[in-house]
Amino acid sequence: MDSITVLMTSPMSDYLETQLKDRFNLVKLWTYSSKTDFFKHNSHSIRAIVGNTKIGADAELIDSLPELEIVSSYSVGLDKIDLRKCQEKGIRVTNTPDVLTDDVADVAMGLMLAVARRVCECDRFVRRGLWPKGDFRLTNKFSGMQVGIVGLGRIGSAIAKRAEAFGCPISYYSRSEKPETNYKYFSNIIDLAVNCQILVVACALTEETHHIVNREVIDALGPEGILINIGRGSLIDEPELVSALLQGRLGGAGLDVFENEPEVPEQLFGLENVVLMPHVGSDTVETTDAMADLVIKNLEAHFLKKPLLTPVV
Amino acid sequence: MESIGVLMLIPMNSYLEQELQRRYNLFKLWTAPQKPQFIKEHADSIRAVVGNAFAGADAELIEALPRLEIVSSFSVGVDKIDLAKCREKGIRVTYTPDVLTEDVADLAIGLMLAVLRRLCESDRYVRSGKWKKGDYKLTTKFTGKTVGIIGLGRIGMAIAKRAEAFNCPICYYSRTGKPDTEYKYYPSVLELASNCQILVVACSLTAETRHIVNREVMNALGPKGVLINIGRGPHIDEPELVSALVEGRLGGAGLDVYEHEPEVPEELFGLENVVLLPHVGTATVETRKAMADLVVGNLEAHFSNKPLLSPLV
Repeated sequence: MDSITVLMTSPMSDYLETQLKDRFNLVKLWTYSSKTDFFKHNSHSIRAIVGNTKIGADAELIDSLPELEIVSSYSVGLDKIDLRKCQEKGIRVTNTPDVLTDDVADVAMGLMLAVARRVCECDRFVRRGLWPKGDFRLTNKFSGMQVGIVGLGRIGSAIAKRAEAFGCPISYYSRSEKPETNYKYFSNIIDLAVNCQILVVACALTEETHHIVNREVIDALGPEGILINIGRGSLIDEPELVSALLQGRLGGAGLDVFENEPEVPEQLFGLENVVLMPHVGSDTVETTDAMADLVIKNLEAHFLKKPLLTPVV
Repeated sequence: MESIGVLMLIPMNSYLEQELQRRYNLFKLWTAPQKPQFIKEHADSIRAVVGNAFAGADAELIEALPRLEIVSSFSVGVDKIDLAKCREKGIRVTYTPDVLTEDVADLAIGLMLAVLRRLCESDRYVRSGKWKKGDYKLTTKFTGKTVGIIGLGRIGMAIAKRAEAFNCPICYYSRTGKPDTEYKYYPSVLELASNCQILVVACSLTAETRHIVNREVMNALGPKGVLINIGRGPHIDEPELVSALVEGRLGGAGLDVYEHEPEVPEELFGLENVVLLPHVGTATVETRKAMADLVVGNLEAHFSNKPLLSPLV
């Protein structure tokens, strides 16, 4: 299939790059210094795009590639892909669900424990040599805290399963109730925030869910509440989050995603009730390889006219 | 009960101090300029000792208190108490099991996640501004890793229950097998270490279990293995641990306890595959209060000739 030209939008995985190079004619968007240069050389040969959470396939890119047949995203999130345009033009879209669910759920749990028990602060405390001068202060018990999940999809459910083992009562807000679970459903996010101590954002980013966690929700969660975000930065109104933390209106936050990655509001750097991670939810050796394999398999299936493994469109 | 003398060995909890002061004639050993003199002076009225994980009733102290009837420890670990001497002299000993089980188990899981997914290192990475220059490296998946537990008591079982929710196969070493569990039993710590990826020390410290994790065990756990200690520092041969980590013979470690607290080997401070906590396993507001109530409850029961709440001897 090395006559088929595939466009990779940004460096995302050496393993994936090698696999793509072995099978296809690989074009790397980041090696071109100008857009015009790139389009001049490639616009008529590219039949597939491999995108990720940084650069996907927006309307401009899709419109400039008349031979585009498929967008295979190295992510489960689709917010960087113009799905409507793909649908319009009959372009297939695949993503990488399931293979990364466990890793992201693990990070969510890690963030909850790290914030509630101040794990990172304690580690800093020891390394700075402060322990001989006096004990670290008391934190709050995690087991039994009420956990509220925004979005009870694959990742939300995996988080719920783990939190249950710590005796945490689970409640959730979702577009629709999930009667097959025993968790308590709230029909709006404010009620969820009022009734939980840890609020976890685990839903997809769409036009509807942009800033779903706003000032009102943050205030409802309150000065003893903890906000965890392993979804997308724009699910939370970031300036409101920062001021709530600085003013003590929110108890703490564990964040793996931000509105303008890799920019992170520097006012958070001095806070001991936050844990900040550089979007590493699915960044393990095991999972990134599995994601890459899924991208490749979807592309191969498409070009061999077989059913796609994980189609979205 | 104000004529009853209670000797508190070191500061451990102001709420406990208050409650003891209200009920008894409380002697605070750490305020004495000359400790042996202080003890001699008040030996006639001291009928109870309250110690904790750092200071307990050793043979010398017991001999110096002829009217001692009960030792009530603000801890579940009783390695600082001379239990044989207490038995000999008919002195009762109480401790604080159960109320702290969840907190310690939570922290064990928190340490596992923090080491495997490099939570603290990632947080440092973000706060230092490095994310703007490039992504953090890949870590290794936690879900599904085999967890080996030394000591399947209350805390060991609570750790197992939590790890199971992450699909971790559980195996253990204990003085005797526990037939009512389905976890895989290994008859030696060495075999356990050879067959798991994360080894957790959760047994009590006795003469037999001192340095139960030695060089051989750490080599068996190996360069990809992770060692977690939420028991007592002397469970692990600390100099051997340091060299194993520095030389890469051991993959990583999450430690809440050390051989000579609050001293922590400084060679560990520069390592990114360790997480170091200042003995905070039970250090939450909720649990310390419950522990304090149990200490006071045991003393009250004893001095009212009622059955002790949580006797060990």
